[in-house]
Amino acid sequence: MFENLSDRLERSFQLLKGQGKITEINVAETLKDIRRALLDADVNFKIAKTFTDDVKEKALGQNVLTSVKPGQLMVKIVKDELAELMGGTSADIDLTGSPSIILMAGLQGSGKTTFSGKLANLLKRKKGRHPLLVAGDVYRPAAIDQLKVLGEQIGVPVYTEEGNMDPVKIAQSAIKEAKRQGHDVVIIDTAGRLAVDEQMMKEISAIKKAVNPNEILFVVDSMTGQDAVNTAKEFNDRLDFNGVVLTKLDGDTRGGAALSIRSVVTKPIKFVGTGEKLDAIDVFHPTRMADRILGMGDIVSLVEKA
Amino acid sequence: SKTKESVFKKLGRAVVGKSKVDDEVLDNLEEVLITSDVGVETTLKIIGRIEERVSRDKYLGVDELNQILKEEIAALLEENNSEDVSDFELPETEKPYVIMVVGVNGVGKTTTIGKLAHQFKQAGKKVYLGAADTFRAAAIEQLEIWAERVDVPIVKQKMGADPASVAYDAVSSAKANNADVVIIDTAGRLHNKVNLMNELSKIKKVMSRIVPGAPHEVLLILDGSTGQNAFEQAKQFTKATEVTSLALTKLDGTAKGGVVIGISDQFKIPVKYIGIGEKMEHLQIFRRREFVESLFSES
Ligand SMILES: Nc1nc2c(ncn2[C@@H]2O[C@H](COP(=O)(O)OP(=O)(O)OP(=O)(O)O)[C@@H](O)[C@H]2O)c(=O)[nH]1
Ligand SMILES: Nc1nc2c(ncn2[C@@H]2O[C@H](COP(=O)(O)OP(=O)(O)OP(=O)(O)O)[C@@H](O)[C@H]2O)c(=O)[nH]1
Ligand SMILES: [Mg+2]
Ligand SMILES: [Mg+2]
Repeated sequence: MFENLSDRLERSFQLLKGQGKITEINVAETLKDIRRALLDADVNFKIAKTFTDDVKEKALGQNVLTSVKPGQLMVKIVKDELAELMGGTSADIDLTGSPSIILMAGLQGSGKTTFSGKLANLLKRKKGRHPLLVAGDVYRPAAIDQLKVLGEQIGVPVYTEEGNMDPVKIAQSAIKEAKRQGHDVVIIDTAGRLAVDEQMMKEISAIKKAVNPNEILFVVDSMTGQDAVNTAKEFNDRLDFNGVVLTKLDGDTRGGAALSIRSVVTKPIKFVGTGEKLDAIDVFHPTRMADRILGMGDIVSLVEKA
Repeated sequence: SKTKESVFKKLGRAVVGKSKVDDEVLDNLEEVLITSDVGVETTLKIIGRIEERVSRDKYLGVDELNQILKEEIAALLEENNSEDVSDFELPETEKPYVIMVVGVNGVGKTTTIGKLAHQFKQAGKKVYLGAADTFRAAAIEQLEIWAERVDVPIVKQKMGADPASVAYDAVSSAKANNADVVIIDTAGRLHNKVNLMNELSKIKKVMSRIVPGAPHEVLLILDGSTGQNAFEQAKQFTKATEVTSLALTKLDGTAKGGVVIGISDQFKIPVKYIGIGEKMEHLQIFRRREFVESLFSES
């Protein structure tokens, strides 16, 4: 897929070269290639369009200095625009409460339970915190066992109520228990749910209302396609979440969903998951993500060669 | 959704009475296909086919265009013109029929196995499950719960055990007990991890030592909300395990799963099942026509 794009970009850069200004005509093909790269990276259809329109507007009429290759100028414009959309700097999480309460939400299989374990581990090891994990998924077979195993691996206690089918009550009791035992962070794992599942969306709203979390983190699989915008929007409308966690970035997906979600809900991406192990967590780097989405590493080296 | 509906109306307005597909139609079509995760390449292929058909057949109205469109897309989903599988049936010739289930993390492998076991059991088959995901926390317990629900035997070892050894045990037991089918769960793995992909090849090989030709089916599970990365998944899993069929999960959400169109066209692997929920009965046979319809329907 990408080899193809490089070839075509090279051709359109050739076209741009030697012309004093970036004009509608000499930039058209490049823009088309950029749009295609975005779509191949799973950036949402509409957002890809708006993005290329914005880039075009910024590029048009710019003088191409003799010292700067036109291709380089285009790359810079695209890069700046992407990085800006991804949200300039990385954002921290709010740990002010006592205890501080963190609620996970997201689709089935996105990585909520694993991330709960990773976050607990990070807070314990790097920030000297004393987290309590809460098993709030009462539906998925062995979800509670899964969290228990993770808790054991990192030496963090897990609050469970086997047989209780009410996650709202479980979360409330867990917080009481956390206070009693002096935990300063409570991380609540929840069941995966679809945005169209009214009953399940009501449930997570009810959990939010009952425990008033410092942070609600929307956990999303970085391989998600065009549907990312719908889901992110629905969850955000319901929960007004504080940040996004992008999982499974150790794969080879370009991860355009990140850009789509950012654009649609304007909430920061706070963490990324980079593996199945419990230390495979990283803070989010907007420029790295921007590079990844467009395969910029490759484009930049290509332009440098030209 | 409203957008999809209006796109379709626009499609109609733009084609009625014209004998050539104009840009507006193509733009609208492009939007429908891309937002269903069909991908640029396959979308261009479909549009190319439509243009060809239209210049040849000269359609009259929107109904004909829709018809042509659906035919062309369905054609891409066809593996050697084969029909959709008609039911949850098993070939009589292989006993036990061995199915190995593979895929990246969290796509729905274990759940699909539970649902499949239920279907086969309903059909009066003797089903065995093998818990060869020995890696993920509580993966064995998860499959055990499914085995209980469906009421079929499960072969397992401890967490951390060699998955190939579990698979070996499972197929051996199934054979010794005269089972009709044995379904092997495997740990989720990203297709760019060479060691883990090699492990799959090894698990696969071990089973053929007990039942020649096993696994008879390697079922790759794709998450219906996955975008273009599913291509790479299909490619790499096929390379490691010769995938023979696909299942597309989580289609009860708003995602359309359009990426399978290009995948089955390019790799010639038929889509067999779709997952439409988390319950035992939420598995259906993939029907080409219905799937294509759903791309254009309100979500
Ligand atoms: N490679 C990789 N795998 C991950 C990552 N995060 C989670 N996983 C895996 O993805 C799968 C699903 O993760 P879970 O944590 O169970 O996801 P979940 O959102 O809790 O799933 P449900 O509770 O069923 O909705 C598991 O196999 C995890 O090991 C990651 O960053 N990289
Ligand atoms: N809504 C919906 N959820 C599904 C479907 N299939 C599976 N799930 C859910 O997706 C999540 C992950 O399913 P699993 O069966 O554990 O996936 P897996 O591929 O075995 O995951 P790993 O073993 O961790 O790689 C669970 O919460 C399932 O209930 C489906 O068709 N629809
Ligand atoms: Mg979970
Ligand atoms: Mg599994």
